[in-house]
Amino acid sequence: MTGSFWRFTLLIALKDLRIEGRSREILYTMGFSAALVVLVFSFALASASDPAQGPILAAGVLWSSTLFTGTVALARVLDRERENESIRSLLLSPAPRAAIYAGKVIATSLLMLAVEILLTVLVGVLFSTGVFTHLVWLAVILLLGTLGFAATGVVFSAALLRSRSREALLGALLFPIVIPVLLAASRATACLFDPLSPDLDPVSFWTRFLLATDVIYISLGLWVFEPVVSGD
Amino acid sequence: MPTQPPSSRSLRFSILSAITFLLFVIACNAIADAPREITMGLVQKIFYFHVPCAWLLMLSTLVCAGGSIAYLFGGSERGDRIALSSAELGVLFGLCVLVSGPLWARAAWGVYWQWEARLTSSLLLWLMMVAYVLARRYGGPSARRLAAALALFAAIDIPLVYFSVRYFRSIHPQTTVVSTLVPGMRGAFWLSLLAFTVLWWLLISVRVAVEDRAAEIIDLEVLLDQAEEKKA
Repeated sequence: MTGSFWRFTLLIALKDLRIEGRSREILYTMGFSAALVVLVFSFALASASDPAQGPILAAGVLWSSTLFTGTVALARVLDRERENESIRSLLLSPAPRAAIYAGKVIATSLLMLAVEILLTVLVGVLFSTGVFTHLVWLAVILLLGTLGFAATGVVFSAALLRSRSREALLGALLFPIVIPVLLAASRATACLFDPLSPDLDPVSFWTRFLLATDVIYISLGLWVFEPVVSGD
Repeated sequence: MPTQPPSSRSLRFSILSAITFLLFVIACNAIADAPREITMGLVQKIFYFHVPCAWLLMLSTLVCAGGSIAYLFGGSERGDRIALSSAELGVLFGLCVLVSGPLWARAAWGVYWQWEARLTSSLLLWLMMVAYVLARRYGGPSARRLAAALALFAAIDIPLVYFSVRYFRSIHPQTTVVSTLVPGMRGAFWLSLLAFTVLWWLLISVRVAVEDRAAEIIDLEVLLDQAEEKKA
């Protein structure tokens, strides 16, 4: 059973990534809008040139842009299942619902991570911050933060599949819920970006917090995904 | 569907309304008679209104999550109606907390708002309850399941939000303040808490009864349609 769960999860994630690999629709649109969000932030905050606030600003902008553009990826990854009613076939397939959920979370997270690389470079350039000083820590925080966001987002995006106002609602429902992820991730990232930061203790604390949050969100997501989509 | 006869229901609501009214009269007298706090003076009396509302916001969230679990996993229609009713009350009492809190804070701290654990978690809790009501209204065909999932994530988020923001400097009075109150203040506080809780009970009973009637009407309409189809 466990083996087949992982096999289905992988199949669904690969299916989504393959579709994306052919059309590159999400990557291009999301990447472009992410770059624009960072530019808008940097224009708006151009006057705030206090160097001490630089790392906090850079981390805040990085994670706010990730959240805004992440909703685009979430909406599209699930939206594709609406076309030709393929969600019905997916739900009727022998794949367990939890595997569908896990597959979607993995695919969304990978797409978001690809765009986050671009975002991090942009933030580093526009806010003159040494973003790659602690590369491994940064990769871990980006991964955990994205996973927490996707784990929650996939549930709501799937539930909103047939709603007419899904684009407007997705952000409104998702953002209050993922605030702990945003808070922990931006705190940890600000600490990593700060060249004057004395040690990495806060980073390690927030990373553990993110890990715990991810475990809780993923468990809850696996638990509620089935009843949430079962009426479709 | 077995329901209470209207006469017994109105009698119950009348008795509950009378008790609520009486309790508020007694509580208001006790608050007026309670000794004035030396440093804050009259402003401190907001406390008798603010804390019960904060408690009811928390209670509403928990009842909403309980009702949502019953609906999502047990298919309980009544659980769903209770969840909706308590979410609406959560929005109402949350608004009271968020208005009364800053009024007190302006007088006591000199600022309306501080990014502090208790304030931030109350604000987020309120936002989640607003999101629940929005999801119910505009969530499309799966609105009820979507909102139920949201309520579960909201309930799990309470400790996470509180824990994550606690690391900022906390200036909010702690819950232990209640045990340090002088007897005149303590009596007034508990009376006020009781009055507000009974009010909450009255409001939720009426709101659930309204939802029950709405569901009954829908059932009757379906029956009427079926009867007309048979006749035709």
